[in-house]
Amino acid sequence: MTVVVARVLDCKGLSCPLPIVKTAQALRTLAAGDLIEVLATDPGSVKDFEAWSKVTGNELVAASQADGVFRFVLKKKG
Amino acid sequence: MTLMLERPTELQIPAATTTSEKVTGGLVIFAWSGDLDRVWPTLILANTAAALGKPVTIFFTFWGLFPLVRNDRGITGKNWMQKMLAAMNRGGTANLKLSKMNFLGMGPAMMKTLAKQYNVASPQELLETARDMGVKLIPCQMTMDLMGLTREDLIDGLEDPAGAATALAATEGATTLFI
Repeated sequence: MTVVVARVLDCKGLSCPLPIVKTAQALRTLAAGDLIEVLATDPGSVKDFEAWSKVTGNELVAASQADGVFRFVLKKKG
Repeated sequence: MTLMLERPTELQIPAATTTSEKVTGGLVIFAWSGDLDRVWPTLILANTAAALGKPVTIFFTFWGLFPLVRNDRGITGKNWMQKMLAAMNRGGTANLKLSKMNFLGMGPAMMKTLAKQYNVASPQELLETARDMGVKLIPCQMTMDLMGLTREDLIDGLEDPAGAATALAATEGATTLFI
């Protein structure tokens, strides 16, 4: 199955707390169930997105790392 | 760290999410200090808590009120004592001092350079973001009176000036910090 990501958010180079904050801001423009792909280089964001997902209930669907870029796919809470 | 996968070409989405409303309790920060190294983490915490979906209130009191003064404001105050105070303790995010290693402003200047270098959001940027994130920024009325600050001296987007009761009323079930 092919998954459509509603929005890609580039947070590369940004430090805490901006990747999380910008994601929360971007989420406002999405509908429930939409996916957002976030790219970040802040190593702290790995733990932070896990925590953010746990607290907000927006699901962390996938996380990966390639060439120093962390990639998170999040699903807006329905 | 357990999450390192290869970049997938296709993502497997679980059929249903069982997540519920989990956010509990807000965050109330009593921002007493006007020091750069305290205002900064105050704003970082406030923004992060807001991003976590928590209701956030910051009550700016005493020295903590000065960062809310507009950067284009000159010397504030109605009488000579308040004016002298403002001259020695300039308001605005552009004039924040470090609590240590201030070195007549060289410390903050170096800190700003480092922050830019490492893409760390400035207090000014964080303050603007906080407003966008719905963080309630309450200036302390008593401090305004005491320091001779008017609503026009302060930045836009603040709640109405209020007293300690308003800030304390927001603390029910919330985490409170005095910074």
